[in-house]
Amino acid sequence: MTGMRERFYEVARKALDDDDRIAVVTAQIGADAIGEHPRHFDVGIREQLMIGVAAGLALEGYRPVAHSYTPFLVERPWEFLKLDLGHNDLGAVLVSTGASYDAARSGRTHQAPEDVALVAALPGWTIHVPGHAAELETLLRQSLSGDDRVYIRMSDEENHARVDGGGFTVLRHGSPGAPLVVAVGPTLRPVLEASAGRDVGVAYLATVRPFPREAFRDALADGTDVVLVEPYQAGTSAAEVAVALRDRPHRLLALGVPNAEFRHYGTGEEHRAAHGLDAAGITGSLDGFLGAG
Amino acid sequence: MAIATTLGYDDLPGLLTRLTGDEKHDRSSFSTLDVLWVLYDRVLGEEDRFLLSKGHGPTAFYAVLAAKGIVPIDALDGFGAFDSPLGYHPDRMLAPGVELSSGSLGHGLGVAVGAALTGRRVWCLVGDGELDEGSNWEAVQYAGRVGLSSLTAIVVDNDSSEHGWPEGIERRFSLEGWIAERVDGRDHQALEAALLPDPAGAGPRCVVAELETR
Repeated sequence: MTGMRERFYEVARKALDDDDRIAVVTAQIGADAIGEHPRHFDVGIREQLMIGVAAGLALEGYRPVAHSYTPFLVERPWEFLKLDLGHNDLGAVLVSTGASYDAARSGRTHQAPEDVALVAALPGWTIHVPGHAAELETLLRQSLSGDDRVYIRMSDEENHARVDGGGFTVLRHGSPGAPLVVAVGPTLRPVLEASAGRDVGVAYLATVRPFPREAFRDALADGTDVVLVEPYQAGTSAAEVAVALRDRPHRLLALGVPNAEFRHYGTGEEHRAAHGLDAAGITGSLDGFLGAG
Repeated sequence: MAIATTLGYDDLPGLLTRLTGDEKHDRSSFSTLDVLWVLYDRVLGEEDRFLLSKGHGPTAFYAVLAAKGIVPIDALDGFGAFDSPLGYHPDRMLAPGVELSSGSLGHGLGVAVGAALTGRRVWCLVGDGELDEGSNWEAVQYAGRVGLSSLTAIVVDNDSSEHGWPEGIERRFSLEGWIAERVDGRDHQALEAALLPDPAGAGPRCVVAELETR
């Protein structure tokens, strides 16, 4: 079984061969994996240009895919996402590798848990956070056939299996009025472990923008308590929950990567545990929240 | 993209007056005026693309587009108003004939590279002050290395770069593999000769249009 990154390269190579509309822009990272192709443009270590070139290709009717390591795809050229793509109303598919703390050992420069919040701050972007390589493939293919602005956040972390259904999927119902735990992307695995044997509903979400406000409202039914588990910066979708439930008294526990300079190396597992995003951490947070209810 | 000429070069001051409300216009206050006129009057073909990266002070651009019948002349009166298609920085979704929304410096050349990579002939206008932005040089380096012959960068040089470009801007483009020359930014014949597509297809090309110091 291949991980998301290798699956992305496979799909992108195939798309270049099969669809004349597709162009891929890289800034060295991933360039060798994509390989030589007349519509693969490796601009070298120039991320602002990578986004500008993507916009220029879109201007000429192509469907550009831009790919790099998360901080270099989203953070460094952020104003180019805002203007070259957004303000010019040009579409592109941005696919990042190296999620949140995947590069724990590489330190802060290679970590961008702010990515989804930054892209979500710009109007009109669709944001996918697949939890499995098979989901990535589906979402990527779907994105390649469109002409809108899409950000796809790939991660080393994956769930045991793909979740079918797309959109907002309720996987388990609690008793009436029970809290609803919303697992985003690869957090489903620890969420399922943490919620086992507890009276909670569990829902899965891989497309966080636009946020499925109506489906979320419906799924919560008579409940008042929400636990939102996101694998990037904590609270990134908290405002969306607040808007969806604007006329209902509710409580929200938003779990994710804290907004802090976290000066540790080590492994992704260690970071996940330190952020309380492994099964034990989520269990503790869940019990604390439910006990306080 | 040029459409049938409706007005001429001598009509531009009148159009500028409608934009700004000022009675008298010294053309030297519009650094890009002559370059833009030559582009739209003599250089750009139907299939060509022009991207104004230097979106600051777009009145000369709007006046030329209006003279060419691309922007409705009536639109000039509302320049900068709430419902106007013409703002202080151009928006391609609002203004007819504007192919790039610009205003934040250092964005156009990268987009121009992307468009030119498809084989499209693209002219992109930047300012010498704008070249202070490092993002331009990502585009200059890459376009030079891959020999992007369908791209022409026009640098309007009125010496407004804060720390200057010792030995000239064109030297920097040359070093990166561009064919660069400096011409008088008010001389229509010289501009036309420099800006017309090169039959030999060499490039990328940089035309530095020298203007009065700001």
